[in-house]
Amino acid sequence: MGAVLAAALAASLAGCSSTGGKRAADERAKAAAAGRPAVSTPRWTFAMVTHAGDGDTFWDIVQKGAQEAAAKDNINFVYSHDDQGQAQAQLVQNAIDQRVDGIIVSLAKPEALKDVVGKAVKAGIPVVTVNSGADRSKAYGALTHIGQDEEIAGEAVGTELTRRGRTKAVCVLHESGNVGHEQRCAGAKKTFGGTLENLYVEGTNMPSVQAAIQAKLQADPAVDAVLTLGAPFAATAAKAKDTAGSKAEIDTFDLNPAVLQGLKSDQLGFAVDQQPYLQGYEAVDLLWLYRYNANTLGGGRPVLTGPQIVTKDDADALADYIKRVTR
Amino acid sequence: MSGASLPADERLAPASLARRLLGRPELGAVAGAAAVFVFFSFAADSFLRAASLSTILYSASTIGIMAVPVALLMIGGEFDLSAGVMVTTSALVTSMFSYQLTANVWAGVAVSLLVTLAIGLFNGFMLVRTELPSFIITLGTFLMLTGLNLGFTKLISGGVSTQAIGDMEGFPSAKALFASQWDIGGVTLKVTILWWLALVALATWILLRTRAGNWIFAVGGGADAARAVGVPVVKTRIGLYMGVALCAWISGQHILFSYDVVQSGEGVGNEFLYIIAAVIGGCLMTGGYGSAVGAAVGAFIFGMTSNGIVYAQWNPDWFKFFLGAMLLLATLLNAWVRKRAEARA
Repeated sequence: MGAVLAAALAASLAGCSSTGGKRAADERAKAAAAGRPAVSTPRWTFAMVTHAGDGDTFWDIVQKGAQEAAAKDNINFVYSHDDQGQAQAQLVQNAIDQRVDGIIVSLAKPEALKDVVGKAVKAGIPVVTVNSGADRSKAYGALTHIGQDEEIAGEAVGTELTRRGRTKAVCVLHESGNVGHEQRCAGAKKTFGGTLENLYVEGTNMPSVQAAIQAKLQADPAVDAVLTLGAPFAATAAKAKDTAGSKAEIDTFDLNPAVLQGLKSDQLGFAVDQQPYLQGYEAVDLLWLYRYNANTLGGGRPVLTGPQIVTKDDADALADYIKRVTR
Repeated sequence: MSGASLPADERLAPASLARRLLGRPELGAVAGAAAVFVFFSFAADSFLRAASLSTILYSASTIGIMAVPVALLMIGGEFDLSAGVMVTTSALVTSMFSYQLTANVWAGVAVSLLVTLAIGLFNGFMLVRTELPSFIITLGTFLMLTGLNLGFTKLISGGVSTQAIGDMEGFPSAKALFASQWDIGGVTLKVTILWWLALVALATWILLRTRAGNWIFAVGGGADAARAVGVPVVKTRIGLYMGVALCAWISGQHILFSYDVVQSGEGVGNEFLYIIAAVIGGCLMTGGYGSAVGAAVGAFIFGMTSNGIVYAQWNPDWFKFFLGAMLLLATLLNAWVRKRAEARA
């Protein structure tokens, strides 16, 4: 066993690449992380509790933003997530039990979190909501909300689809029960000149997502646009389109390297970015500002981080940022 | 042993307390629970706070309420994979019936009880009629219910979650029964803990003190032999599935009256948590052995582990791994203790 490992190691050392690869990425990360806290405030603990499923790219970027802000602000940052409302509420309760100094929470299933967020506020813990739940944030006692207004983002998509001359679109929802996703599709439907249908898929099971989109495209050849609500689903939709022999254009919410590649190679039409890095970074930074200086931002209204429509023309400029998982 | 007096016949001597304890099926689970408790007491600073322990108890009770009937079902030799989504179904039925007909919420609660029991009856009836493995039958029910939950909710409410029924007649009294909580010195205790304890007591009484309890053990130990000695196998099996349905109804009402709104897509995957709790608690996957108290301890181990990992602030990317490893260790300890106990008894 040891001998095999040593041999593999020797081989990889001998065949070393002087550019790119993991080593170059490590160097960059080292340089970025070398920054010591820029402030001398006490080491506060902030907890972030989201409705993310396991291994979700989008939330990785949010987390990255939060971690970088935490490093700068001398914050002990703890992250947890669960895609079931009841379990997410439980995690917020856990944070209250730990007497953290600030809570960041996403309100994708607001009713499930109403009581527990109220409890945190009552216990004197400042709460910032991110990503979803803009309309409830204030009522539940949060300092501010940072995110994209899903309805407005959806409307931007509807307008863009119309501008591109599309007539029949399918909106692919990958998290059943997510109010924000419903709002996106509803917003798109509102401003879109053609017809738009919703398609529910099981987001944690990629093969079934592909099969569902494929079946939809085969059943209805008139569909000329597929709108996915998360970056990983765009690639899946593109595969489904090829297999089904459809001519539909694939457009998506959110960015990742594959989406960028898709935009460049005309596999995808456009992407709508809500700048997840900002949602994590700003949430931590705003909590820090509140603890340090009792500052709040947004004047009682949500602080918007999107939508930003990204097309082929922007792809090159963003390539580096996407590679380091901050866009 | 100087042998001055004759030693008494050891079979007639009253068993010592320690020996009687060692003979219980729950013993291994209790040892596992103690180990997990001690571990997290050291690993997580905030684990031992009163508020944290009440959170853990609540978390354990939500799993535990379902682990009790699932344990009985497993002692009876069967599985129910539809148990997780059945909870959501039950909550959806109450909410949508009350809202759409503008009826008193209690009417919805009653209708939901009937519908949920009917699902349990369906599971049991299909099992005894087709003689197919319960794994297949309830897998079918699981998928059908998942689809019905989303389909009906979209059709009736227009969205993927139900409308709020918090302002309707009967809501406060139903909330008091299913989802009330008390603040005792800054610690919140939820009513589900009482439901849980009551169900454990009831199930233990049924298992150990009634004829039905003997039937359950007999059916799980060997259905044909049980039938030969006159145990009503069909009735017992259907009864067990209806027991699961009854508890799914209780859990469903708790979710509805806690949050006022129900998400149609939830509950998937929870059926395994119930089975895990029962197995940690000493139920055999093959039936014929186990206890309700053991399942309760299993649910408690699950509650301690899932919350303890959060209190310990371990990286959440590894959460499921830690959870699985802890549960496996607790089960191994359980099996080891039981083996030693049986060897000594």
